[in-house]
Amino acid sequence: MVTSVTSLGKNGLYDWVIQRATAVILGVYFVAIIGFLIANPELTYSQWHGYMTSTYMRVFTLIALLAMAAHAWVGLWTVSTDYLTTRQLGAAGTPLRIAFQAVCALVTIVYVVWGIQILWGI
Amino acid sequence: MLQVSIYRYNPDTDTEPYMKEYQIDTGGKDLMVLDVLSLAKEQDSTIAYRRSCREGVCGSDGMNINGKNGLACITPVSEATGGKGKLVLRPLPGLPVVRDLVVDMTMFYNQYEKIKPYLVNNTPVPPIERLQDPEDRDKLDGLYECILCACCSSSCPSFWWNPEKFIGPAGLLQAYRFIADTRDTMTEQRLSDLDDPFSLFRCRGIMNCVNVCPKGLNPTKAIGHIRNQLLQQGT
Repeated sequence: MVTSVTSLGKNGLYDWVIQRATAVILGVYFVAIIGFLIANPELTYSQWHGYMTSTYMRVFTLIALLAMAAHAWVGLWTVSTDYLTTRQLGAAGTPLRIAFQAVCALVTIVYVVWGIQILWGI
Repeated sequence: MLQVSIYRYNPDTDTEPYMKEYQIDTGGKDLMVLDVLSLAKEQDSTIAYRRSCREGVCGSDGMNINGKNGLACITPVSEATGGKGKLVLRPLPGLPVVRDLVVDMTMFYNQYEKIKPYLVNNTPVPPIERLQDPEDRDKLDGLYECILCACCSSSCPSFWWNPEKFIGPAGLLQAYRFIADTRDTMTEQRLSDLDDPFSLFRCRGIMNCVNVCPKGLNPTKAIGHIRNQLLQQGT
């Protein structure tokens, strides 16, 4: 058993399930958005506004936003632990990896908060 | 004449590795790569490589042959070169080179050791042997045949990146061999030992392991079975 304190679930199965479940949510969300755009070729701002501010789409967009954050974190954490390692980069590996993970975490939190603000601000 | 290019590196005398060219007279025959190496060694006795059974059973002569890992003793030159061009031999990638085509397998064996590659049964020892239904025995087919040549693990990018943390395809195939064995009583412990982000889940399904296995085994499928068992247990 290899320990990892910065992975999302500290557990391989949890991260694996989260990454796949969130991928399905994002896939369905994009189908809903693209489907709406295709179904409304003469789309007006008021139609788009009405669609995105409906309770159904607000809930769905919030779920998709959180799914994107979790999906991105699991993916980027994996990338950082593959490439930004002592094996690849020598002594600089660990500080670089921690810095990269910190930036990813910060950006993810900012996007989530900003996304919620936009979602409830329109 | 067959043109052969062999990776050469002697840490005692060379500052860095280099490729050395040899012209080998194969007598017009389609030899195995190991036979070509033997002929090259007649020309240059300093070439170092491992070999033993010369029939694909011991797994000693795993190497990178024209870009693909395989056993030199059961790989015909025609298959490696596609019937034309030169034969290029390099050590197994991702493992430290001891000399020429000989690699240090310590990291590979360390991962193998982690999966406890032996049967554990805590029930009282029967008078003769632990019996197993033929159907249960069949579950071990495609798993027990692994000869630990390291062709699969050393072709896996995830193993190149995290050889200290990712068990690798060979070790995971063997892990499933004991998880699937109905005589083993340590299944839950074996599964929980693999349930971290690296040991098993670093497998990205690249399937280089399946592509190169000289015994035609499928580590990716075994890894999928372990993942499914973890999923059943954990959800």
